[in-house]
Amino acid sequence: MDIKKVAHLARLALTEEESARYQTQIEKILGYVEQLQQIDVDGIEPTAHAAPVFDTYREDELHEDTLSTEAVLSNAPATAHGQIKMPKVID
Amino acid sequence: MDPTSLTITQLREAYLREELTPADAITSIAESIEAKDGEIGGYLSHDLELAHADAAKADLDAPLGGVPIAIKDLISVSGQPCSCASQMLAGTYTAPYDATVIRKLREAGAIPFGRTNMDEFAMGSSNENSGIKPCRNPHDLERIPGGSSGGSAAVVAANTAIAALGTDTGGSIRQPASLCGVVGLKPTYGRVSRYGLVAFASSLDQCGPMTKTVADSALLLNALAGPCGRDSTYLDVEPVDFTEFLGQDIAGKKIGLPKEYFAEGLDPGVKEKVESAIDELASLGAEVVEISLPNTEHAIATYYVIATAEASANLARFDGVRYGHRSEQSDLISHYEQSRAEGFGDEVQRRIILGTYVLSSGYYDAYYLRAQKVRTLIRRDFEEAFSKVDLIASPTSPTTAFKLGEKTDDPLAMYLADIYTISANLAGICGISVPCGTHEGLPVGLQLLGPAMDEAALLQVAHAYEQSR
Repeated sequence: MDIKKVAHLARLALTEEESARYQTQIEKILGYVEQLQQIDVDGIEPTAHAAPVFDTYREDELHEDTLSTEAVLSNAPATAHGQIKMPKVID
Repeated sequence: MDPTSLTITQLREAYLREELTPADAITSIAESIEAKDGEIGGYLSHDLELAHADAAKADLDAPLGGVPIAIKDLISVSGQPCSCASQMLAGTYTAPYDATVIRKLREAGAIPFGRTNMDEFAMGSSNENSGIKPCRNPHDLERIPGGSSGGSAAVVAANTAIAALGTDTGGSIRQPASLCGVVGLKPTYGRVSRYGLVAFASSLDQCGPMTKTVADSALLLNALAGPCGRDSTYLDVEPVDFTEFLGQDIAGKKIGLPKEYFAEGLDPGVKEKVESAIDELASLGAEVVEISLPNTEHAIATYYVIATAEASANLARFDGVRYGHRSEQSDLISHYEQSRAEGFGDEVQRRIILGTYVLSSGYYDAYYLRAQKVRTLIRRDFEEAFSKVDLIASPTSPTTAFKLGEKTDDPLAMYLADIYTISANLAGICGISVPCGTHEGLPVGLQLLGPAMDEAALLQVAHAYEQSR
């Protein structure tokens, strides 16, 4: 496993020490997980959810207790003009 | 009368006899937290003023009227912190709304009081991954309380709470309940709404009660179950009064013992206690038979692929934008990468990396898709078993509580301790851990597993066992 590549995909900045330590630990876990390759799963359907429920619908109407803009913004690290502030996305 | 040592049932009776008021209970719990929780570390915070305000307007005729319930710190209670024991959220995040389980507790008259310690984002089996502070086992302060709902188990065991809510993704209610000597119930996947809970692995997560008795577990489940409208995995089933089954005869119940759950790796002291509990069930009239769950040996590998994959997706929301820790950086990618690196602890980072890897291009089929297929085999094992027996009995955990620091350097060794609990989450069935004695002074738990939606049978048999002791 190329830990730096995967950490970047996961948007995690790792130090050299963390990269080395996680690499060793995760490879040990992957070594254990390798046993799954030995199992015959030909023709077996994958289980994504334990219960056979896929969509539960409700009436398409406004919930009266929908959060206010203020409540939604109350945990944001930085806000301005009723919106969340963050670094520039497009130069 | 010391309210902190009471069960829900006893506290309700004391209220109705006017020997105690909800305010007395809140005050006593706060005093017991002050006296005992410093060394246990079961709570991350508690809001006394808010609880007293709720106590003042408690409806004592409601099923849980005026009963304080401790809440695992990943369940949203409006106006209270919800840190998931993570530096990502600690000190900066206040839940803006009530989770459905909290709304239902309030409708039943209960008072959410206190936020319990846990492994960060529910990832761990010892509570040592808490990003805030360690939690200790009230039976031996050098030992872990189990995890991830370690705080919830510890506060119930230490009588610094009447009862608590936990969540269980691979055993996180049942294992700490076992190690702390309390009752922990993982409901069927889809029985209890997860709306307002911070998600770890969405195809596995369930919320359930952690209590001093089986009767309390049934009372709490009565309140927690029921339609939500905000969790698309909620199963719309007929409501059940789980207390109705308590006290019913268990004669003729067929109980299966999976031979794989009594094999190598099980501590002989734990085995002895669990076997004598099973003998007790037999003497109450249950018919005990050996069964096989042949894919047990693959459960942990399957789980750690599926759970980490789902976690890597669920925890993508912690990006330093809308809530949580933000590292001030000038460019966007560094903003994300630094905010997440600074906010998440080691185990969470490891699992996100592992989960990202098993989902990444070129590896998805070999790991994630394959694990989902093995999950089907594990589910079929249980379907096959439940065509022959009503319930399955086993140890909850292969050992009693281990010492802090014993397994922290080896994540894999920690994962292997979940062997008896993890399959129930993969199969989506229900399970309960009920105390069955102690080994060298440390609690041992008997686990009962039931088919999907048969919590009634679990509670009935667990209660019969508990009352026989």
